[in-house]
Amino acid sequence: MGRITLDKVTKRFGDVEVIPPLDLTIEEGEFVVFVGPSGCGKSTLLRLIAGLEDVTGGQIRIDGKDATETPPAKRGLAMVFQSYALYPHMSVRKNIAFPLKMAGMDQAEQKRRIDNAAKVLNLADYIDRRPGQLSGGQRQRVAIGRAIVREPAAFLFDEPLSNLDAALRVGMRLEISELHERLKTTMVYVTHDQVEAMTMADKIVVLRAGHIEQVGSPLELYRAPRNLFVASFIGSPKMNLISGSEAAKRSASTIGIRPEHISVSPTEGLWKGRVGVSEHLGSDTFFYVHDTGLADDITVRVSGEVELRAGDTVYLTPDAEKIHRFDQAGLRLK
Amino acid sequence: MATAHSRSAARLMISPAVILLLGWMIIPLSMTIYFSFLRYNLLSPGNESWAGFDNYRYFLTDPAFFDAMGNTFILVLGVLLITVVGGILLGLLLDQPFFGQGIVRILVIAPFFVMPTVSALVWKNMFMNPVNGLFAYMATAVGLEPFDFLSHAPLASIILIVSWQWLPFATLILLTALQSLDQEQLEASEMDGAGPINRFIFIMLPHLGRAITVVILIQTIFLLSIFAEILVTTNGGPGTATTNLTYLVYVQSLLQFDVGGGSAGGIVAVILANIVAIFLMRMIGKNLDA
Ligand SMILES: Nc1ncnc2c1ncn2[C@@H]1O[C@H](COP(=O)(O)OP(=O)(O)O)[C@@H](O)[C@H]1O
Ligand SMILES: [Mg+2]
Repeated sequence: MGRITLDKVTKRFGDVEVIPPLDLTIEEGEFVVFVGPSGCGKSTLLRLIAGLEDVTGGQIRIDGKDATETPPAKRGLAMVFQSYALYPHMSVRKNIAFPLKMAGMDQAEQKRRIDNAAKVLNLADYIDRRPGQLSGGQRQRVAIGRAIVREPAAFLFDEPLSNLDAALRVGMRLEISELHERLKTTMVYVTHDQVEAMTMADKIVVLRAGHIEQVGSPLELYRAPRNLFVASFIGSPKMNLISGSEAAKRSASTIGIRPEHISVSPTEGLWKGRVGVSEHLGSDTFFYVHDTGLADDITVRVSGEVELRAGDTVYLTPDAEKIHRFDQAGLRLK
Repeated sequence: MATAHSRSAARLMISPAVILLLGWMIIPLSMTIYFSFLRYNLLSPGNESWAGFDNYRYFLTDPAFFDAMGNTFILVLGVLLITVVGGILLGLLLDQPFFGQGIVRILVIAPFFVMPTVSALVWKNMFMNPVNGLFAYMATAVGLEPFDFLSHAPLASIILIVSWQWLPFATLILLTALQSLDQEQLEASEMDGAGPINRFIFIMLPHLGRAITVVILIQTIFLLSIFAEILVTTNGGPGTATTNLTYLVYVQSLLQFDVGGGSAGGIVAVILANIVAIFLMRMIGKNLDA
C-alpha cells in the first residue's frame, strides 16, 4: 500500500503551464521530499496527488490503480496543510475523530484509534481543548493526529513546519522522521527549505518551474548534482561557483567547490585572497573571502574555531577530488 | 487623561453631549409614563384626570392586545426564519464563481435601498392585487383562480414583504462570513471524506454561527417595530389579523384619540422589547464572544 505513480502529469491554470508533463514514481514506504524555490509548483503537484486539483493531462496511479478521476476522500491519502486547517469550533478530540466519523466507523474503533494517536503524539494534555487555545507546535501535532487516525496509504505534507519557530521546527522535523520510522507509511513532503529536505528525505525531488531537475537520495544530490541549479540549491552554505580561466584550466565552463571542501592556510595555497566577514558558530566558522579574482566572494567553512581577522591574507586550496565541473549548458561533466 | 485635573476637564467637555442625549431619552420616556397614568383623550382636551393603572388594565385585557402579541411574534419569527435560511442559501450561491458575479451581487442588495412604504405599496399594487397584480395575472394565465393575498393570508403576505426587504441584509452579512472561511479547512474536510452536505453542516454552519447571531439580533430590533408595511397594505386588518404591538399603539392613541391608553401600550411595548432583548442576549449572545 502506498505506491504512487505519476505518468505524464500536466497542470495548466488557464494559459499558464505550471506543471509540464512530469513522470515520477514514489515507492511504497518511502519518504519523498519535493523541494524547490517558492512558486515552482510543489504545492500544485501535491494537490494533484491529493485530488484537490484536477490534472490537465496524464495519469495518477495509486497502488497500480488509476486514481486520476477519483475524488480526494477515496484516494486513501491524508494531508497536513501549511495552515494546519484544524476545525476551530471542534475540540482536539472531535477534530481527530472527524475523518472517522465521516467514514461511519463504530465508536469503539474510533476511540481506540484516537487514544492511539493521542499517545503517539502526546496529545493527552490538551485533547479537550479547542485549536484556538493551542500553540503552533500543538496544532501541528493535532493536524498530524487527524491524518494518522485514518491509517492512510500515504501522507501528504505541505510545508508543515514553515509556521513554527526555528527551535520547534527542528524538534518537529525529528518527530515526523520518527513517525515515519514507526509507521513505515509512504510520506510525500513539500518544502522550500533544503535543510529539511536533506535531513528527512529518503528521496529528494528537486523542482524548478514545474520541471524535475533531479531525483535522488540526499547524499547523491550532494555528491553529484546533475546541473548548476541543483548544485547551488542543495547544501548550506551554497556551493562556490567559479567560471573563467580557473574553470577552463579544468576543461569546464563552470566549476563548483563546496565551502567545506576548501582548506585554509595563512601561508601557502592555490588561491590567494583577503578575509572579509566571518561568522563564528563555535562548531564551524564561515569566512567570506574577497579579492581572489575568481568570483565575488568565496565562502569557506572551517571546523572549529579559527583565529582569522577581517583583512588578513589567506590562501585557499580546493580538494581536487571534490571539484564539480559543469559545461556551457550548466550540466555536470564527468 | 491621567491626572484628576484632566479627568474633570474631560467630564466637563463631554457633559453637553451626555446631557443632550439623556434629555433626548428621558424627557419623552417620562412624559409617556406620565401620560400613561392619565385619563387623556384628544376629543375632550383639558379634561385630563389621574387614572392610576386603568390605562394599563384596559390595554392588557383588550383582546386586541393578545392578537397583537401573537402577530408580533409570528411576524418576527417568520421573517427571521425566511431571511436566515434564504440568506444562507443565497450566500452559498453568490459565493460560487459565475459570470456577472459583481452585477448580480449588487442586484441582490438592491431591495435594501427601497423605502419600506414604497416597497410595500409596490408589492400590494403590482404583485398581490387580485385584479391587476402580477401574481393574479400568472394565476389566470395557467387557468387558476387569482388569490387575494392581503385579505386571505394577510399576515403571511406581510411576512413575505418584510422578508423581501431584509433578505439582502442577511445575505450580505452571511456572504461575507462565508467568504472569510478558510479554504484549506474545506479542503481538509473534503480529504477527510465529508461530502457537500456534511461540509455544510460541520464546517460552514458553525463558521456562520456568529454572523447568524448578528443577523438575528439586529433584525429582531427592527422587526419588533414594523409599522409602515402594515399601514400601507392592510391597516392592521382584516380585524386584527395583522395588528402588531406598534400598530396597536398607533390605533389606540391616534385613531381612537386615547393618548393615555396609547402611552400605556407604548410602555408595555418597551418593556416587552427589553425582555426579548435580554432573552436573546442570554441565548445567543454568547456566540459573540471570541
Ligand atoms: N489556483 C491557481 N490559479 C492560477 N495559478 C495558480 C493557482 N495555484 C497556483 N498557481 C500558480 O502556480 C505556480 C506554482 O504554485 P505553487 O504550487 O503554489 O508553488 P509552490 O508551492 O512551489 O510555492 C505559481 O506560479 C502560482 O502562481
Ligand atoms: Mg506552496
